Formats: sequence, structure tokens, C-alpha cells
Amino acid sequence: MGNVLEIDRITKRFPGVVANDAVSLDVEAGEIHALVGENGSGKSTLMNIVYGLYQADSGEIRLNGERVEIDDPRDAINLGLGMVFQHFMLVDTLTVAENVILRAEPQKFRFVDYRKAEQEVARLADAYGLRIDPRAKVADISVGQEQRVEILKALYRRAKVLILDEPTAVLTPQETEELFQVMRNLREQGTTIVFITHKIKEVLAISDRVSVLRRGKLVGTRSTAETGHKELAEMMVGREVLLRVEKEPAKPGAPVAEISGLYVDDQRGTAAVKDVSLKIRQGEVVGIAGVEGNGQQELVEAITGLTTARTGKVLLHGEPIQHLGPMRIKRKGISYIPEDRHKRGLILDYNVADNLILGLHTQPPFVEHRLFRSERHIAEHARKLVEEYDIRPPNPELLMYTLSGGNQQKAIVAREFSRRPEFLICSQPTRGLDIGAIEFIHREIIRQRDRGTAILLVSAELDEILSLSDTIAVMYDGKIVAVLPAQEADERRLGYLMLGGDPHLPEGDAERGVTAT
Amino acid sequence: MELQQRSLTSRNLLVPIGSVVLALLVGSIFILVVGENPLYAYRVLLVESFGSINNIAGTLQRSTPLIFTGLGVAFAFRCGLFNIGAEGQLYVGGMVAAIIGVSFGNLPGLIHLPIAVFAGMLAGGLWAAIPGILKAKLGVHEVINTIMMNFVAYYLTDFLVTGPFHGGRWAPETDRVFPTAVLERILPPSRLNTGIFLAIVALVVVYIVLWKTKTGYEIRAVGLNPSAAEYGGISVARNMVLAMVISGAVASLAGVEQVLGVHGRFIQRFSPDLGFIGIAVALLGKNHPVGVFFAAVLFGALRTGGAAMDRLTDVPRELVVIIQAMIIMFVAADELIRRLVPRRRKA
Amino acid sequence: MWWEYVVYFVNATVLAAALRMATPLIFASMGGILSERSGIINIGLEGMMLTGAFMGMLVTFYTANPWVGLIGALLSGGVVGLVHAVATVRYKVDQVVSGTAINIFAGGFTVFMLRTVFDVAGTSPAVERIPTVAVPLLRRIPFIGDILGHQNPVVYLALILVVAVHLFLFHTVWGLRLRAVGEHPRAADTVGINVFRARYLAVIASGALAGLGGAYLSIAHLSRFGDGMTAGRGFIALAAMIFGKWTPFGALGASILFGFADAVQMRLQEVGIPRHFVLMLPYILTMVALAGFIGRATPPKSIGKPYEKE
Repeated sequence: MGNVLEIDRITKRFPGVVANDAVSLDVEAGEIHALVGENGSGKSTLMNIVYGLYQADSGEIRLNGERVEIDDPRDAINLGLGMVFQHFMLVDTLTVAENVILRAEPQKFRFVDYRKAEQEVARLADAYGLRIDPRAKVADISVGQEQRVEILKALYRRAKVLILDEPTAVLTPQETEELFQVMRNLREQGTTIVFITHKIKEVLAISDRVSVLRRGKLVGTRSTAETGHKELAEMMVGREVLLRVEKEPAKPGAPVAEISGLYVDDQRGTAAVKDVSLKIRQGEVVGIAGVEGNGQQELVEAITGLTTARTGKVLLHGEPIQHLGPMRIKRKGISYIPEDRHKRGLILDYNVADNLILGLHTQPPFVEHRLFRSERHIAEHARKLVEEYDIRPPNPELLMYTLSGGNQQKAIVAREFSRRPEFLICSQPTRGLDIGAIEFIHREIIRQRDRGTAILLVSAELDEILSLSDTIAVMYDGKIVAVLPAQEADERRLGYLMLGGDPHLPEGDAERGVTAT
Repeated sequence: MELQQRSLTSRNLLVPIGSVVLALLVGSIFILVVGENPLYAYRVLLVESFGSINNIAGTLQRSTPLIFTGLGVAFAFRCGLFNIGAEGQLYVGGMVAAIIGVSFGNLPGLIHLPIAVFAGMLAGGLWAAIPGILKAKLGVHEVINTIMMNFVAYYLTDFLVTGPFHGGRWAPETDRVFPTAVLERILPPSRLNTGIFLAIVALVVVYIVLWKTKTGYEIRAVGLNPSAAEYGGISVARNMVLAMVISGAVASLAGVEQVLGVHGRFIQRFSPDLGFIGIAVALLGKNHPVGVFFAAVLFGALRTGGAAMDRLTDVPRELVVIIQAMIIMFVAADELIRRLVPRRRKA
Repeated sequence: MWWEYVVYFVNATVLAAALRMATPLIFASMGGILSERSGIINIGLEGMMLTGAFMGMLVTFYTANPWVGLIGALLSGGVVGLVHAVATVRYKVDQVVSGTAINIFAGGFTVFMLRTVFDVAGTSPAVERIPTVAVPLLRRIPFIGDILGHQNPVVYLALILVVAVHLFLFHTVWGLRLRAVGEHPRAADTVGINVFRARYLAVIASGALAGLGGAYLSIAHLSRFGDGMTAGRGFIALAAMIFGKWTPFGALGASILFGFADAVQMRLQEVGIPRHFVLMLPYILTMVALAGFIGRATPPKSIGKPYEKE
């Protein structure tokens, strides 16, 4: 069989990053081709280029051997490409059939022929084993069914190549199994599938071939039958030079925070954190390793009071805090570096000084006579922190959005660390920062530890987890699947666990074939 | 890209001034249509609004209620809320002030007037609290609810002024308020009254509340980034309701001033869209008390000068209403203004 | 007897009046539905109606043909709609701000013109109006004939319009696409629907229909234009649209209900129920509906947000 889709030396730069660096990739007709990599490895960007949502800076795309220009999704659709996004592009208030036929409606004198539409959708669904009621409103169906509607949309538009962007991220295990069956049906009937994922188990279960991206570059393409969990994990995670942090061994003291039996729901009301128990002691960094979206965010927001846990306890020095609001939890001595600094951590239109008191703004000395701001103390506080944490440019009057990402993050770190917290939660503290800022923040975290703070570190960066943590917990699918001392952990072991490997198997047994590149 | 835009809007006066100029230019087309010379008409407008002490007093008198409504709308904007209900709030506030004013004739002025003013504010604040609560608790958009509450306020005050509090005369108005509840005239024959001092106080107080207190810090934080505010331990719901209450209280002072200072009584539907022009004042004044002051004076001058223009030329006074509408549109279409004005520097 | 009371308030005369009162609301609320279904809030309906009322009168004055006047109102309303569309779609002006500006503008513009053209304040000279007609068979049907049999043609036009808007929205391909644009413009865009064009057309049509509603007042119901003669009907139409949950038949029902309140207020006053409280009802009911106490009214999802391509 020949190649239907050839991606040739595609390069795409975004401000500050090279998302795709001369990536070349061939997809054979009728195969399921898995595209794997960690978050930020560039796999979604690459497929968005193929689908016309982004334009490549250089390189070309060929379909059936012919070079094609894809300026927008319409071109892609006309060329027989279909894409199912992570965030569905469905209109809630319309029915399944209406969503499928939109802008390609069967019609009689400009009136929609609903009977024909529903028949056609039912026929397609039947042909590929996609169980769905064409008349159901999209708002009333499950996420798994919504995904089927997206697939139907592509098939209805006669897609020959179907790109699925992390389709299993939103599915339950049963739904995932059903999706795989649909994918097999599609393959049997001649549809080519590009399957984006970061779960190795799924790659092994469904794909014919697999390509691995890391930091925007193609690491390699393998035949699935000839590779195994270990090799793929290594290809994905890579063996980079670790950022070394100078530190003494930890001297953990008494437990500060204890979490037990915690369940937290996500926005859709399904459990995102399942029965998590953790203990964090004085002067210790507990790192949570895991691929993003496995419940870390919900766990942290529940501890800090920004969401409410369904059940379970969070104790600080033995005292339950899970029902206090964010302000009172802060006042108990918890500091939090949020994952999304623009959305949560900062008010970009406030100046640096005002950002440095967010959360402290109701407390003396920043408030006098219980109501009025003390400009003198606010300014003094800002001056002190700007100097101490080397926030540049060193002018507390500047509006926060004029600062670079690294300096914005330093401001958050300054604010949260200077409160001398007893329990510090850091969520992706160095995301998107340059090396200098990363090193600075890492040193500060260790400094906090050494003065006796209990620290919970959540990061998708294994380097970061390994170099900072004293104890490492691995989170997968909302559960803590393993807790191990940092000395016993290495990238391979963690990568294996993070990607859904069985913690009870010694990793050697989980492999099949081929050695690492 | 985004950063540039923001620093542009936050720094310079290009958009407000450009909008006013553009609106006056479009207005001159209307002047030409009626066969007058725009330069002459605008000169009349300028002279008659600022040319003498009496004219200035008239301008300030017409600016006073606009300071209140503009300031009220601006306050809500600072919390990310669109209070389009200033019109209703000022009716409710004015009515309550009138009711207090026509009752309690035996109170000393030192007590009677403050009570009337404060009761009016309170009523306006509570009136605005309803859409605030519906927004904070149920997530219902405040725009529709404040509009609906305007009409409820019209009919409620219609009922009160034609029913229980209908005065002795035939017209749909209350009796005169007792002299102890009157905002005294200054600089007669203009109807400028001590309400202007109240307006200045309101401007200063709002400035202090917004930028010098922790409450203002919280309200502005909710307006700029509710998610970060929540992270900072700030209650989004509580601050939204509070902002609406303060917004409504300030806006309702426009009605209080009209009733106790200008008309001396509540007259059915007395407001010439003061609440809606307040939106224009807030937008043009960039939701800042200083800006609100100047915008209110500009709009007050337009009204004063417009009346004179009507008398002295063939240009109907409604021209200034058209100009006001244009200013609102142009201020909000800042992209358009930037396109029209050649840029000196291109970053 | 309580029965006599009911007959006093609910009879063919009152219902026929309710329908007349409802007619301008029906036009404007259909306009509101088209605009908001495309994702553009239209609180400028009041100004669009007022402009239509004035221009309908003006064109009738010069042509002596109220039907031509009706077309004039349609076109002038469409122009105001175009202004709203350019402002909100092209220049991303806040939709509420633009609507407010339009309302203020229309209030000033119509009086300005009234004084410039006729040199009168308050009320225009009388013009021709569209006379009421008696429908041959319909008027003989008992009760229904008394309500529907003898009305202004514009009233029938309003009823036909409701059916037309319903068919358009829920049965044609354009309607389907328009609804998709209002709910999820990005999804519509990814399948190739031109979001901007859809919004432009919907908002222009919205203004045109509101203009017709205004013209009903000046050249069908009455035969002159009066300063501010729409008297908040644009906002009641907005309320009817919301109360009717953004559907044509829902808005029709709400318009008739609100028209009924208007028609019956004087009779209620006679029995001691203050008419002002009856007049408040549409607004209060709308707030209650929005708050979700009587089956939640949910606006189209993308409403109020300008669309930008990635």
C-alpha cells in the first residue's frame, strides 16, 4: 500500500518556541498511525497544520503523492481529511443529525430534508458501528457519543483520512474500548486514521505504526508489532541532561498536611480525583509525577479550597480544612503557586506591587483602620520582594502584563514564598520559563524546604520532579498509583508508571522486543 | 500585539478626544442640512455654555446629575458589570427622596435633608442589588435585568406620583418638598444647587473607595480577572452585589438632586434619559472619576449650549442628542478611531 | 357573579384590542429573534422601531401611499440594523453599548427631523393610513371572527411573519446555519459557514422588521408620528422574545399576553387594580423567566461575544 499522507519537513514556530522542527512523517493508506509524545511535543500542532488551522512556516504536505495547499479546514474537508478535536466543535442545542449535516444539508428547495438527513446519519452510524440516535439533542448525550457525532461529521463529508486528537482523554475505559472497535471497523472499510495520544497502552492496543515526537522533533517511527512499552517511553521522555539542583538530603519532621480518601469531581461531575491519600512532612518535597489531566489540577484546587471535594479529608496540623474557603485556608499558612499564572495567579492589569499583595490585601500591615490601603507598606513590601527575588524590571509600578513570563512567575513565587508558609503547593511552577528562571525557582523551592516548609510539587516535567522531590507519588487516572522515595526513582520507571504501566510488574517483563535507539 | 493595544488604551486620550471630534464633524452634516453654518452653530454652543458665569452655572447644573449617573455606571463597570439601569435607579431614589421631603415637615433641615438624600441613595442601592444578586447567585446577565427594572421603576413611580403621593395640583407630580429638605440654589437665576458639591464629594469618595481601600482593590480585581480574584480569597459574588449597590446608590443621587434641588418635587418621568447618558459619560470618562467629571461637564455643556442654539439658530436642540449618541458609538469603536487618526509612531 | 367578571375582561373586543397592541411587539420580537439567534444582542430594537415609525410616516407624507411608507420603514429600519451590524460585527463595539447609542440616536434624530421637515414639535401632521379590512369568510365565524375578522392588514402580516420566521429558522438550511452561528460560531466556521455574513444579514433583517413594527404605529394603528411614540415597546418586544425563549411562536404568545395586559389595564383600573402594576407585568415576568423560576430561558450561547477568526 502507498502513502496517503506525506508530511515533509514541516516547521512551525510560535513566539519563543519551535513547535515543529522539520518533522517528516508518512501515513500509509488504510493504517492506524499513532502519533505520540508528551504535552507540548508538537503533535497537535502538526495535525492542526495538516487540517489547515495553522500554516506551516516551511515544508510541504502531500496527499496521494500530490502536493496540496491547505489554507483552512474547508480545504482540508474538500481534500478528504477529517479531524476530531479534543474540544468538540458541536452545537449543543441542535440534534445529532443537524450537527452532522450542517452546511452539507440534504435539501428540497432550500428546506432541510430532515427525513433524508436522519436516514443518512443512521445508515452511516450503522455501517461503522457507531451507536447513536440521530434525533437526540447534543446537549443530552454523553461525551463518548459526542465524539461519535464528530466522527460521523467527518465520515458524512467523505473523509478518507481521519485525525483523532487525543480521543480517549475524555472517555471511560468502556467507551475507549468501543472507540477502538469503531476504529477497527473504519480501517476495515478503508479509512486511514491518525491517532494522537500520549498513552502507550493505547498505542500498543490499536495502532499499526507509531511515530514519536519530542520537543517538536520526530524521534522515530516504529512498527507497533516491533516495539514495546519501554522503548516508546524512552523515546517520548528522552534522556536529557538533568537540571541539577544543589541540595542536602532532606530532614523531614512531623507531618504538616495529611490528605485522606479524597474524591474530587471535575466540571462535568465525574470523579477526577479518586481516593487519594498523601502525607507531606515538614522540610520535605513530595512530588506528584503524572501526565497532565490525570487529576492533579483538581487535587490541588481542592486542597486550596478553590473547589470543594466530594468526600475525604484534608488536615493541616491535624485540623480539617477542607470546608474553609480559599481565604481562610490561605490564612492557615498555605501558599499556592497556581498552574495557570495568567488565569489564576495574577491580575495582569494591576501593577506589580498590587499583585504582590493579592490574598494578603485584607491583612495588616497592608490595611489600616480595617479598610484603607497602606500605600507605604504596600510599596515597601513590593520594593523588598522585587529586590529579593530579582524581579525585572525592578519597578513595582509597572503593570504586570509588561513583564516577561519568567518575571511574572517570580512575582508569584515572591508573593507566596515570602509569606513563610507552613505548607506550600507548587503546580507546574516553571512551565514555559527559560533556564535562568527555572534554576532560580528551583533554588527557592529548596530554600523553602530547608527552612522547614512542607511542599507538594505537581509537575509534568520529570526532570523537575526528580531533581526537587524527596518522595515521589505517581498519579494516573485520578489515583496515586505508586509512592516511592526519590532515590529509587528514575525517568524510565516513572515514565512507565505515568503512562499507565502496571506498578506491580517489574518493568523488564513489560517489554516486548527491540532495544532503545 | 495584545500588549500594545492595552498600553494604548490605558495611556492616551486619543480615543475620547477623537470620538468627540468625529461626533461633532458628523453633527455638522446635520447642521448643514438645516441650512446653518456649523462653525457659527458650534460657536453659539460654546459661548452659551461657557461664555458667562450664568452660562457656566447652567452647564454645571446640567452636569450634576450626569456626574452621578456616569459615576454609578463607571463603578459597576469597574467590577465588570454593565449597569444599564441607572435610569430606573434614579427614579426610585428621586421618589423616595420626594416622599421623605414632603413628609416630616417638623424636622430641622440639618436632619431632614440628609435623611432624604440618604433614603434616596439607599432605595437606589437596593433597587440595583436585585439584578446584582440575580447575577451573582444565578448567573443571569445584569443587562437584561437592569433594563427590565427600569420599566418596573417607571411604572412604580408613575403609580406613586399619580396615586398615593399625587400633589395638590392637577399635573402628575408630588407636592413641593419642605424647605428643610431642599438642596439650596447657588448662583441664581440658574438652577445650580448644592447638589454639585454632593457630586464632587461623590467623585472623591468613589476615587478613594476604588483605589485607596481594600474593598476597591477587591472590586477591581473581580472586574479584571474573577478567577484570580477567587484565588486571592476574594468573594466574587459578594463584591458583585456590593458593586451594584454602590453603583445604584450613586446613580440614584441624580434623581435625588433633580427632585430636591432642581424641581423641588417629583415630576412624573422627569429625566431626559439621564441614566442612559450616564453610560456615555462613563465610557467617555474611561470609568475614572476625573474622566467622568470632564465627560459630564462636556455633556452638560452640550445640553446647555444646545438649548441656546435652538433659540438662536435654526438648529434643533436634538442635534446634541445625536452628537451624544455618536460619541458613545465612536468611543466604543476605538479600533475605528485609531484607524482614522494617522499614527505618528508605529511600534 | 365571577363569570361576569371574566367576560368583562376576556371577550372578543378585548382580545381584538390585545392583538392590535401585540402587533408592533410581534414585528420587533421577530427581529430580536433573528439578531440574537445569530449571536448579536439587540437592545436597539426600540430605536429601530422609532426610526421605522418616523420614516414610515415621512414616506407616506410624500407619496400619500402608506404601503410605500411601509417599505420606507422596512428599509430605514434595515439601515439602522446595518449600523448595529457594522459596529458590533466589524468594529466589535460592545453590543449593549451599540444598542444604547442607537436608541439615543433615534430619539434625537426623529425629533430633529420632525422639526426640520415639518417645523413642529411633538406630533407630525396627519398622513394616510392603511385602513382596516374585513375578511369575508373569517368575520362570520362566531367569536374568532370578532377577534380576527376585522383587523388592519398589517396585523395579518405580523401573524404571517411569525409562521415565516418559524419556517425559516427551523426548516430551512439558512435557519439551521444561523442557529449554529449563534450558538457556536467556531463550529459553524469549521464547516465553512461565513459567520460574519450570517450576522450581518440577521441584524439587518432584525432592524427591518423592527422598523415595520414602528410603522404599524404611525401609519396603520394611527395616522401620524409622535415624539417617542414607541414608548418602550422595543424593550417589551425584547421581553417578549426572552419570555418566548427566543422562538417565534413563544414570542407571539408573549406578545399577545403583553398586548392583553395593555388592552385590559383600563378595565382593571375600574375595578380597583392599579393599571401601573399590570403594565409592570411583562418586565417582571421576564425577570422571573430569566431567573429560571418558570422554565429557564437560556439565550443563544455566543450572544454578546464578537467573533474573531483564529
